[in-house]
Amino acid sequence: MTVIDKVAPEGSKAGERTSPRPTFRHKLSRWDVKVSPYLYVAPFFIVFGIVGLFPLLYTAYVSLFKWKAGSDDPDFIGLDNYKELFGDAQFWNALTNTISIFLLSSVPQIIIAVLLAALLGARLRGATGWRVGILLPYAASLVAIGIIFANLFGPRYGLINGVLQTIGLDPVDWQASRIGSHIAIAIMVNWRWTGYNALIVLAAMQAIPKELHEAALIDGAGTWRRFFHVTLPLLKPTLVFVVITSTIGGLQIFTEPKLFDALPGSNNGGSTNQFQTVTLYLYQSAFENYNLGYASAIAWVLFVIIVLIALVNFFLTGRLARTPAVKKK
Amino acid sequence: MRTIRNGLVLALGITMTALGASACGSGGDQTPAAAGPNEHVDLTLSTFTEFGYEALIPEYERLHPNIKITHRKTGQGGPYHQDLITKLAAGSGLADVAAVEEGHLSDVLDKGSKFNDLSKIGPADASPDRWLGWKYDAAKTKDGKVIGYGTDIGPLAMCYRKDMFAAAGLPTDPDQVKPLFATWDSYFAAGADYSKKTGKAWFDSASQNFNAMVNQLPTGYLGTDDKLALEGNQGIKDAWTKVTDAVAKGESAKLTAFSNEWNTGFKQGAFATKVCPSWMLGVIKEQAGPENAGKWAVTAAFPGGGGNWGGSYLTVPTQSKHPKEAAELAAWLTAPEQQIKAFQAKGNFPSQVKALTDPALLSQTDAYFGGAKVGELFAEQAKKVQKAQYKGPGDGQIQENAASPALQAVEQGKSAADGWQQLVDSAKKITR
Repeated sequence: MTVIDKVAPEGSKAGERTSPRPTFRHKLSRWDVKVSPYLYVAPFFIVFGIVGLFPLLYTAYVSLFKWKAGSDDPDFIGLDNYKELFGDAQFWNALTNTISIFLLSSVPQIIIAVLLAALLGARLRGATGWRVGILLPYAASLVAIGIIFANLFGPRYGLINGVLQTIGLDPVDWQASRIGSHIAIAIMVNWRWTGYNALIVLAAMQAIPKELHEAALIDGAGTWRRFFHVTLPLLKPTLVFVVITSTIGGLQIFTEPKLFDALPGSNNGGSTNQFQTVTLYLYQSAFENYNLGYASAIAWVLFVIIVLIALVNFFLTGRLARTPAVKKK
Repeated sequence: MRTIRNGLVLALGITMTALGASACGSGGDQTPAAAGPNEHVDLTLSTFTEFGYEALIPEYERLHPNIKITHRKTGQGGPYHQDLITKLAAGSGLADVAAVEEGHLSDVLDKGSKFNDLSKIGPADASPDRWLGWKYDAAKTKDGKVIGYGTDIGPLAMCYRKDMFAAAGLPTDPDQVKPLFATWDSYFAAGADYSKKTGKAWFDSASQNFNAMVNQLPTGYLGTDDKLALEGNQGIKDAWTKVTDAVAKGESAKLTAFSNEWNTGFKQGAFATKVCPSWMLGVIKEQAGPENAGKWAVTAAFPGGGGNWGGSYLTVPTQSKHPKEAAELAAWLTAPEQQIKAFQAKGNFPSQVKALTDPALLSQTDAYFGGAKVGELFAEQAKKVQKAQYKGPGDGQIQENAASPALQAVEQGKSAADGWQQLVDSAKKITR
């Protein structure tokens, strides 16, 4: 920008005398150069400010009050909501449930996604058809999936228990058992997201240069060896991306447990909150008990947890990026 | 330089957000005057599920050519009331006439200042004697404001499976089964025998009975001071013991009410009796299906006297720009003549004294339930309800999110004592 200041204004032609003071047009064009880029990016930040930053800060403000929806005079109580939250067994229960469901869904999901991607990468008749096919669950409505799965896992008249009984096993009360409900919800999540992640992994797999595989082949590496020592290391950045997105999604899981309840749509997450997640508890506090202050405190704690986990992921990515992807012997 | 510019952009962003925020905050409460007789008035009416007003609204518009009504219908009660409370809190967006269901009435009464007192602005013909006393009184705030006109009610009776009664050697005639349903003790004792003999469940779910039992008590979960009075309420404790004992004896089919499994339970004949408000007949017909026609019966008896479950009110929020016209519409819709029409359209049982003696209501029979004279039967049950129990703010929440889950937990194997503790803890949390 300092360079522009010294150069004669672009509008002046050679031979003409430059006027000692820049004309309005010159000023305008200089402003244009300086300000325009900010104006172009401003809409995003203005919109973000209104619908992102403002609610975020306002939520922090609300969390300092005992604020019942519709009450005219909320009481300022400082950090009491947070104090209460950290001593609230139901919150820790919800956090444990969230992490449990997240682990039960994300871990198998990513492993299956990689295997599926490897299979889809093989020569298949109608490859596009298969690839689009695994994306179908993702295109289906989440609410429809939730209702169908809740029916499948019905404790008494559900199809899954029917099958279990026909093969001579005991039926499982999927809604009463804590781990049972987590598994059922995780299956619901996996059914929807595995195909989506598999496609992302597949795209990354196809970007791996063929030469590397050929070189490994010449060195005598078999299929499995090539998969573990060539494909997987090169997939690392993609896997980190998949892990981060599924972490953020997993910690905010809401619709599946909400619809899985014996009474679909209930926010209780089971009779003893066996599968109530943090977002479900947040929603219940805000829109069923109308404790807006407390719900805001939950929202902020959840936000901080997600930021912390995202930071861990960020540093992990940095370390992975530094390590050479393919070890040279 | 860079940081200053960034700072400017940030400042700009914050200013914009502040502008946006303050724009939402405005909106004073001016007191609108009644419109002139020929002035054009637009009214909105919001209801949920079925109120049977589809044919009535054009009729009202014909009678009042200057009034145009927009009817906003919501399919489900849950989201409807959530929306109602949110808009009440936000201070705008509500309809001129907003329906409120009985279960959510306590939350609305708590915010009574946001509703018009219909006893003041309503027309003279909508006087207290139009309704059953308990129905009218339930919509009164503590300082005596009447915030809602009653629409329909859900008087309680008992439904039972004739074929399953016969198989267990019990009487099947509606008059002969009445002694079984005289008191809760006789009801649960009969259930214990039935379950022992047949190995089948007597009722659908514990909370369905417990809710009815708590509703019959002189005081509910909260005292008139709006403080939680659950632990010291011996009546509730006794009801808990009776219901959980019945669960222990295998009387419960353990099907969460209104769940998919519960729906299937009707088809499968999973239970022999069912707490039956007037509107439940429609639910049974739909869920049990035509293949079970004639197997269900209903009798004019209910353990512990009578009771009410369900029914709604029409309110006029202070947000309304035309409270007077809105109150007139609400009064007209809840007049006996109109409620009889709504009953004929959708089966909503009227809460108006005159409507309860209307031949159109009394002659109503139901072929699905063996031709029972259901109109007369439920009119009789409606008169058995004594007075409205006081319901403090959060009462509905406690029933739905403390009592029902705790009973469900007991049905899933928790001990009755632990379940009671869960109920107390959850209720404390809700009323906090």
